[in-house]
Amino acid sequence: MAVSVDEAVATGPARDRTPSARRLGGRGRSVLEVVLLTVLAVVMLFPVLWMIETSIKENRDVYAIPAKFFNFTVTMDHFKDVFVAPGGGRSALSVAFLNSVLVAGVSTALATVLGVPAAWAYSRFSVKAKKDQLFFILSTRFMPPVVVVIPIFLMYRQVGLIDSKLGLILIYAAFNVPFTIWMMKGFVDEVPAEYEDAAMLDGYTRMQAFWRFTLPLLLPGIAATAVFALIFSWNEFVFAIFLTSSDGVRTAPPAIAGLIGGTTVDWGLVAAASLVFALPVLIFAYLVRKHLVAGVTLGAVRR
Amino acid sequence: MAGIEVTALHKRYPDGTVAVEHVDLSIGDGELFVMLGPSGCGKTTTLRAIAGLERQTTGDIRIGDTLVNDLPPAERDIAMVFQFYALYPHLRTRDNLAFPLRAEGLPKSEVQERVDEAARLMRLGPLLDRRPHRLSGGEQQRVALARALVRRPRAFLMDEPLTNLDAELRADMRTEIKHLQGELGTTMVYVTHDQVEAMSLGHRIAILNKGRVEQIGTPLEVYDRPASLFCAAFIGSPPMNLIEVEVADGKLRSQGGLVLTPPPNLPRDRRLVAGVRPEALEVTEPGAERSVPARVVSAEWLGDEIIYVVDYGGQREVRVRMPPTVRFAADAPVGLRHTGGPPPVYDVSTEELVA
Repeated sequence: MAVSVDEAVATGPARDRTPSARRLGGRGRSVLEVVLLTVLAVVMLFPVLWMIETSIKENRDVYAIPAKFFNFTVTMDHFKDVFVAPGGGRSALSVAFLNSVLVAGVSTALATVLGVPAAWAYSRFSVKAKKDQLFFILSTRFMPPVVVVIPIFLMYRQVGLIDSKLGLILIYAAFNVPFTIWMMKGFVDEVPAEYEDAAMLDGYTRMQAFWRFTLPLLLPGIAATAVFALIFSWNEFVFAIFLTSSDGVRTAPPAIAGLIGGTTVDWGLVAAASLVFALPVLIFAYLVRKHLVAGVTLGAVRR
Repeated sequence: MAGIEVTALHKRYPDGTVAVEHVDLSIGDGELFVMLGPSGCGKTTTLRAIAGLERQTTGDIRIGDTLVNDLPPAERDIAMVFQFYALYPHLRTRDNLAFPLRAEGLPKSEVQERVDEAARLMRLGPLLDRRPHRLSGGEQQRVALARALVRRPRAFLMDEPLTNLDAELRADMRTEIKHLQGELGTTMVYVTHDQVEAMSLGHRIAILNKGRVEQIGTPLEVYDRPASLFCAAFIGSPPMNLIEVEVADGKLRSQGGLVLTPPPNLPRDRRLVAGVRPEALEVTEPGAERSVPARVVSAEWLGDEIIYVVDYGGQREVRVRMPPTVRFAADAPVGLRHTGGPPPVYDVSTEELVA
């Protein structure tokens, strides 16, 4: 915003731009920028901060009016409740977390294993109606997934995949494969096909050439693609809540949502569970942030 | 070492594109054979079919006495150098060179010996312990050549190996490749779209267009008597002047009055075009003997020569190559005359050489 104010001045009549005004404008601009960005950051991050606060407050402090920002007793009970059931033993939430790990992990692996070779094939070979095929693959992502919840539900009921982790894994993989193919095709296009040609002349089969020379060069791309697929599977809510019902199968998002809706809501537990749920993806995304940026900006700059 | 025979090669991709319509080549043992043509003419596809990287739809390829149609690339005993050098990025120069030998399973001492020999030939000594990203373009290309050498293959296939180098380096490498091929005496098939490269390297040149061979010949044959209008327009910089002519009184005459010496055995009753090289014309003072009145449209001063664009008889422009000492100003009235021997003459409808 500060920039646009500045540009408005710049496009104005030249006589307004005395040297001193420009100097002040420079300093004023940076101050204005910092202030605006701070305000923006506070607004954007407040819910997260509030969630963190709520997760370490006693329940009576959570409901306190006026709200207590700083002077409350810190407690870790909510985090304990996330993992341990009230009577001892494993809590339903912790089971849901494990389910999330399993479902998101396996569906991402499946999408990667299917999507990367497909992307390679689409990039390297002349395929009949290649553009149409790729468009068809992409077109499965045109609609919001919600649209197909009911048909999928009916199908799953017929084949017995309702309320099973396998069912969730399959549907998440199905949504991630088109995405993986498209994103990976970009990465494969960037790796010169000559590596494989040279390797084949050196005595390798095409598959060996792909495996030994192209694949290692694709690893950053695979990492970036897998993170996006993982985030989708990890956060997915609609299919999880429609297709699963029992505590043993449910993933974390519907499980956390299930905490809300009784006569009283244990907001401390909800906040703690949400935090625990958010952390793995945050950490993971941070670790591979370099590849993520590479994935997002791919093709933006032509070499 | 071996010759290469390509018979009735045809390549059609699954998506319906025809890359090679019909190509016959007979490449001699020890020959440096250049395939020249614009992009999309099928030269690279033909080369890749010889290498075994593409499977032709129909047609036969023989290397030496072996029919190689169904052999994978590795069993064809050939080495290929690519436009993009395709050095394995994770390997040092030394290991890049040794790689194909190790893949063959040669004993260590032999690998060492051959790598040293190739490194000496291509003067790679100081580069042996670097990885590709620390080599310049020219160095990478030398390593790529050396990697082809270590195999001691029956034939080298070169796919525009110099295109990515800058002009000066390209000239150096051209000399180096030619010298190397002469020294080793190994058959080499060299694909390029650069006519200078083709002319300076090739023992023979095949000019390809739209998946067909337009002409095969030595550089001089190709230059002096292009077999078709396509070749005439493709070879030479600036290209041939294509001048519509008629036969009258035993001479070739163009509208505008230019008179050319006719070749023997001219067919009658056809529309003809003569191909006149820019150096077979001369810009003279106006009114000089045998000249037609003309006007200088523009002049390119290239230092060692001047290319004049000259208009004669109105709206008929030709390019004339003159030594830098002969200077005419733009728009100056001049004379134009033909000084060369009989030009090649083409039929307008078939676009082929008729005399």
